[in-house]
Amino acid sequence: MPTVLDFERPLVELENKIAELTSFSREKNLDLSEEIEHLEKRAEELKRSIFASLTPWQKVQLARHPDRPNTEDYVRMLFEDFIELHGDRYYGDDPAVLGGIGRFVEMAVTVIGHRKGRDTKENVSRNFGMAHPEGLRKALRLIRQAEKFGRPVISFIDTPGAHCGIGAEERGQSQAIAQNLLGMSALRVPIIVVVIGEGGSGGALALGVGDKILMQEHAIFSVISPEGCASILWKDASRAQEAAEALKLTAQDLAALGIVDEVIPEPLGGAHRDPKGAAALVREKLIRHLEALRGMPPEDLVRLRCAKFRNMGLVSEEG
Amino acid sequence: MWTKCPRCGEILYNKDMVKNLKVCRKCGYHFRLTAKERLSFTLDEGSFLEYDARLVADNPLGFPGYPEKLAEARQTTGLSEAVITGEGTILGHRVVTGAMDPRFIMASMGVAVGEKITRAAERACERRLPLILFIASGGARMQEGMVALMQMAKTAAAIKQLDAAGLLYLSVLTDPTTGGVSASFAMLGDIILAEPGALIGFTGPRVIEQTIKQKLPEGFQKAEFLQQHGMIDLVVPRAKMRETLGQLLMLHRREGG
Repeated sequence: MPTVLDFERPLVELENKIAELTSFSREKNLDLSEEIEHLEKRAEELKRSIFASLTPWQKVQLARHPDRPNTEDYVRMLFEDFIELHGDRYYGDDPAVLGGIGRFVEMAVTVIGHRKGRDTKENVSRNFGMAHPEGLRKALRLIRQAEKFGRPVISFIDTPGAHCGIGAEERGQSQAIAQNLLGMSALRVPIIVVVIGEGGSGGALALGVGDKILMQEHAIFSVISPEGCASILWKDASRAQEAAEALKLTAQDLAALGIVDEVIPEPLGGAHRDPKGAAALVREKLIRHLEALRGMPPEDLVRLRCAKFRNMGLVSEEG
Repeated sequence: MWTKCPRCGEILYNKDMVKNLKVCRKCGYHFRLTAKERLSFTLDEGSFLEYDARLVADNPLGFPGYPEKLAEARQTTGLSEAVITGEGTILGHRVVTGAMDPRFIMASMGVAVGEKITRAAERACERRLPLILFIASGGARMQEGMVALMQMAKTAAAIKQLDAAGLLYLSVLTDPTTGGVSASFAMLGDIILAEPGALIGFTGPRVIEQTIKQKLPEGFQKAEFLQQHGMIDLVVPRAKMRETLGQLLMLHRREGG
């Protein structure tokens, strides 16, 4: 059973009705095309109106939608000859982080990303895309390898956050995140970050320092989950909707704040209704940004990347 | 007049406490310090010159209630923000330094803190001086959202510049060092020191306990635990801190410098 979000329900009901009518007309050999066409038009209008005015909380739900294409889906749809590479060479292989090499438009690239699963079983085996230190260290190892061989890096962000637990603390979650931030800031090959779902705090940023940060239309990126924010600030996790507004976590808000370089549109109705269409739109942007970054001397690349983060946040002198 | 030690219950005279660098003389419990106390306990007397004393950030997200929270923190601490940066000397060695103040919204890092730390690293580069940061923080400042989170990348990149310039960065982790600060400039020191008993980690213990629904082992995420797990170089009692820093600075002194 596909997951249907509350605000999608009227649309899904209408679509089901259209499907019913279509099969009924076929069965009974009745011409209902006028009726069906009318309903299809209504569905299209409904879709347009629902998705034109999504609230931040509705975007949170879309970003976490279990049918939303995940890192593995994009790897499958965007790269040829992809080969997965495992392990951090210190401790283990973290299934919550995916890494490897593939071809993107005739060019070898290194891909890293958080790996959520499609269903509960897959998600449990991948820890819901929440990385342990070894996962972050695997990503760092692979981007250093990319640097050695002059390959651009494409990083997909989709995680509720870094794993929270005893082992993660013992093995240095903080240190792993910090090293990734430092390593990515100085990497001498292009890094393009694409936020495809949930960007959860430090665990997301640990794969998120890039020359360009692109974000899909219905993805989110936040310093803390809206639930976490509401329970800390107001001691009431049920006020998550309010927190989602206040946190300015949508792609559109973050583009306005100058944190995200470009918003990648999704097919009308969201990426989960048309993964192929979503991937085509991601591909188009990746090609354009890679072309712009590829010819750049490594020194300029690093200087501009550092300058971009250096300039985040406005300060003033107190009166 | 009096303060009760939260660990052993000993009643301590405030005057004696300050003389003992705010460490319980019975059990060795290290009380948290304000940024000003930290600097005065560590730097040579009268050597401190503050940078960016009036630097502040606004409310980048327009977060409800945040201006009031900031005003209250300013009122109670007398500080403009959660970190004081500047330069001074430790046993005669000139350093760029900064101390965070946990009374100021748990010394969380928003734009102003990120900017002051970054500028301190940049000045250390320009002046070719070591950087010593006394860290305490609950993490990124929630009310500044993603702009606060990005200060992690900004400060890490600034530390990288210092690193590339061959300059020394000592980070001293004090109670508490968690979240986005722990996961950025705090853990990037060439040498990482910590005060005894300081809580240091990414996720705070209460959240971990709620998540995994089990009690955490004794001493988990304390400075000693981190040293045992290879995450920091040395736990240094407050009474020895100045001397230890002086020793490390001496060992890193440049020829003719």
